Amino acid sequence: MRLLIIEDDREAAAYLVKAFREAGHAVDHAGDGLDGYALAREGDYDVLIVDRMLPRLDGLSLVRSLREQAIATPVLILSALGQVDDRVKGLRAGGDDYLPKPYAFSELLARTEVLARRRTAATGQSEATAYRVGDLELDRLSHRVTRAGREIVLQPREFRLLEYLMRHAGQVVTRTMLLEHVWDYHFDPQTNVIDVHVSRLRAKIDRGFEHPMIQTVRGAGYVIRPDEPQLS
Amino acid sequence: MSPSASPPDGLIARIGKIFRTTAFKLSLAYLVLFAVLASLGLGYVAWNARRVLDDQIVSTIDAEINGLSEQYTAGGLRRLIAVVERRAGEPGASLYLVTTPAGEHIVGNVSRLPADILARPGQYESFYGRGSEADSSGHSAIMRVFNLAGGFRLVVGRDTEERDRLRAAIGNTFGSSLALVVLLGVLGGWFVASRVLKRVDDMTETTRTIMAGDLDGRLRVGGAGDELDRLAQNLNLMLERIGELMRGMKEVSDNIAHDLKTPLTRLRNRADEALRTAETPEALRAAMEGVIEDSDGLIRVFNALLTIARLEAGNAPESVSRFDAGAVAREVAELYEPLAEDRGLSLTVDIEPDLILDGNRELVGQAIANRLDNAIKYGARSAPSDPQAITVAAARADGKIRLTVADRGPGIPEAERDRVLDRFVRLDAARTRPGFGLGLSLVAAVARLHGGSLDLADNAPGLAVTLSLPARAA
Repeated sequence: MRLLIIEDDREAAAYLVKAFREAGHAVDHAGDGLDGYALAREGDYDVLIVDRMLPRLDGLSLVRSLREQAIATPVLILSALGQVDDRVKGLRAGGDDYLPKPYAFSELLARTEVLARRRTAATGQSEATAYRVGDLELDRLSHRVTRAGREIVLQPREFRLLEYLMRHAGQVVTRTMLLEHVWDYHFDPQTNVIDVHVSRLRAKIDRGFEHPMIQTVRGAGYVIRPDEPQLS
Repeated sequence: MSPSASPPDGLIARIGKIFRTTAFKLSLAYLVLFAVLASLGLGYVAWNARRVLDDQIVSTIDAEINGLSEQYTAGGLRRLIAVVERRAGEPGASLYLVTTPAGEHIVGNVSRLPADILARPGQYESFYGRGSEADSSGHSAIMRVFNLAGGFRLVVGRDTEERDRLRAAIGNTFGSSLALVVLLGVLGGWFVASRVLKRVDDMTETTRTIMAGDLDGRLRVGGAGDELDRLAQNLNLMLERIGELMRGMKEVSDNIAHDLKTPLTRLRNRADEALRTAETPEALRAAMEGVIEDSDGLIRVFNALLTIARLEAGNAPESVSRFDAGAVAREVAELYEPLAEDRGLSLTVDIEPDLILDGNRELVGQAIANRLDNAIKYGARSAPSDPQAITVAAARADGKIRLTVADRGPGIPEAERDRVLDRFVRLDAARTRPGFGLGLSLVAAVARLHGGSLDLADNAPGLAVTLSLPARAA
C-alpha cells in the first residue's frame, strides 16, 4: 500500500518510513501540515498517518480540510496530547483511527493495514454477509459457523471475535483493536484478558484439526489464515 | 556586617528596624495627630479660662467704679476720699488710689505706679507697688484710670495674682498632659511595633527554614484570631497543600524509579545478552521479540500514567454520554470472566436494570476493568479449598449508582486503604507480583472526575471496592 506520513519529528518520521518500507509498503513523508495537505490532495494514498501537532497547519485542521474537499482517504491520527477527549476530537474531525503516543510500531502497522484494506473493500462492494477463510465459514445473517462442514457453536461474543478476525483474514489484529471492535472499549487491557478469549475461541475452531487457523503473532497480536504451517 | 558585631550595633540595627516598620510609622503618625489635637483642645480651654478670669476681674472693677462714682456724685471729692480710704484698708485684691493733679498720693493702697499710666485715663495691665510693702515690683494688676474734676485722678484696679496662679496651673496641666500623651504614644507605638515586628520576624524566620527545605515547619498561630494569625493559618494551609503535593511527587518519582527501572533493566539486559550470546538468527529473533514485549509493557505503564494525569487535571471530558452503568458492568465482567475462571475464581454478577447515568462510558468501563483486574490478581487465596468468588454488583441507592466489585482475597488492612489509592502504591505483600499499582488510583480518578466517590470496605474476608457515581436525575 501507499502511505503518507505527516510528522514533524524527523527522527520519528525516519523510523516510521524505514519500518513501513521494511514491511513492504511505499511511503512518502511530509514534515509540516501544509506540505502534507498538498501531498495528500494530489497523491493517491491508501492511508494517511497524521501527527496532531504539526507546524503551519495542525493535524486536525488538515484532516478537516481534506474532508471538506471530499478526499476520503483513511486517516490515522497520532497524538501525544494529554486529553481524555483526544480520540473523540480526532475522530470527530474526520479521522478514521487514532493512536496515542507512545505506541508500539506493531500496533500502528496493524491498524494502518486494516485501514488500507477497508478502503479497497469499501470501493469494491458493500460489506460481505459471509466470510470464508480456508475451510472455515461464517454467516453473519444466520449466525452460523462451520469448519469443513462441521457446525461450531459459539457464544455471541466469540462470534463477534471470530467475525472481526475473519473480516481481516491474513492481517494482524492487535489486542487493543479486538477490544475496540469486539467490546467497544478503548482502554488498554492490563492483563491477558483478550488472550483468554482468543484461546477459548481457538479451542473451538481449531480443535481436532491439524493446523491451527488462529495464530499468535508475538509482540503484535493475532491473525487468522487458511491452514498453513504456524509461524514460529 | 562582621560576625563580631557588638551589641550596640545590634541594638542600633534593631531600633533602626523598628523605625522602618509599618507599625512604628503608623503609631508615629497617630501620635503626632493626637498631640496636635490635644494641644488645640487644651489650648482652647486655657485661652477660654483666661478670658473668663479677665472678664471677671474687669466686671469687679466696673462694680467698684459704679459704687465710687455714686459716692463721688453724692459727696464730691471729699466723700470719695473717705470711701477710698475705708475700702483701701480692707484686705483683698482690690486696689484704689486717688492722686493730686501732679500725681501725688492722696489716699489708697497703691504706693507706686508707672508714671505714664497716671498721665492718661484708660484701662491698663501693669505692675504696681502696694501700700506699706518695701518690695513693690512683684505685683501685677488690671486697673482703670479716671480724671476727676480739678485734675485729681482716681485709679481702681484689681490684683491679678490669683488669676496668674490659675493660669500657671492650667499651663502646667497642659504641658504635663501633652508630655504624657507623647510618652504613652511613643511607648505604645514601640510596644505595638516591636510586638508585631517580633511576630513578623518569627514568620520570616520560619519561612526561611521552610525555604531551606524543612517542609514540615509551620508558622506559630497565636490564638488571638487577628490578621497575623489568619495569615499564619493560611500560610500553614498552603504549606500543608504544598507538602502533600511534594509527598505525592516524591512518591511518584520514587515509584517510577522503582517500577520503571525494573522492566527497563530487564529490557536492556535481554538486548545485551542477545548481542553477546545469540549465535543463530532464530535466537536473535526470539530475543528481539522479548525486547519488544518488554517495551510494550513499558508503553502500557506510560499510557496508564498519562491517563491518570489527564483525569487528575480534572477537565470534564467532552465525550459525556448517557449510558447504562449496569450494562457496562456486565460487559466488563463478561470480558474478564474467562480470565477469572482460568485462575479458579468464579465470577458472579448481580446487576439491577436501568442504571442510567451521564458520564464517560469508556472511563467507567476502564475503572471496573481495573478493579476486576486487581480482584483477579490479588483475589486468589492461599488455601485453594476456600470459596473463591468475585462478585460484580450494580445497584441504585440514594440517587447514586453503586458499582461494587468484591473479592475474597486477603483484603487490605483498614489503615492502608487510603494509601492504596495513591499512584504506584502497592502494598509490600503485592510488590512481588506483576502490576504497576496504578489500578485503583485510576479508579479513584474516574470517581473524582464524575463527582462520585470510591469506598474500600472489608468483605470479610476480602476487599469490596464500591464506585459511587451520581445517577442521572430522574
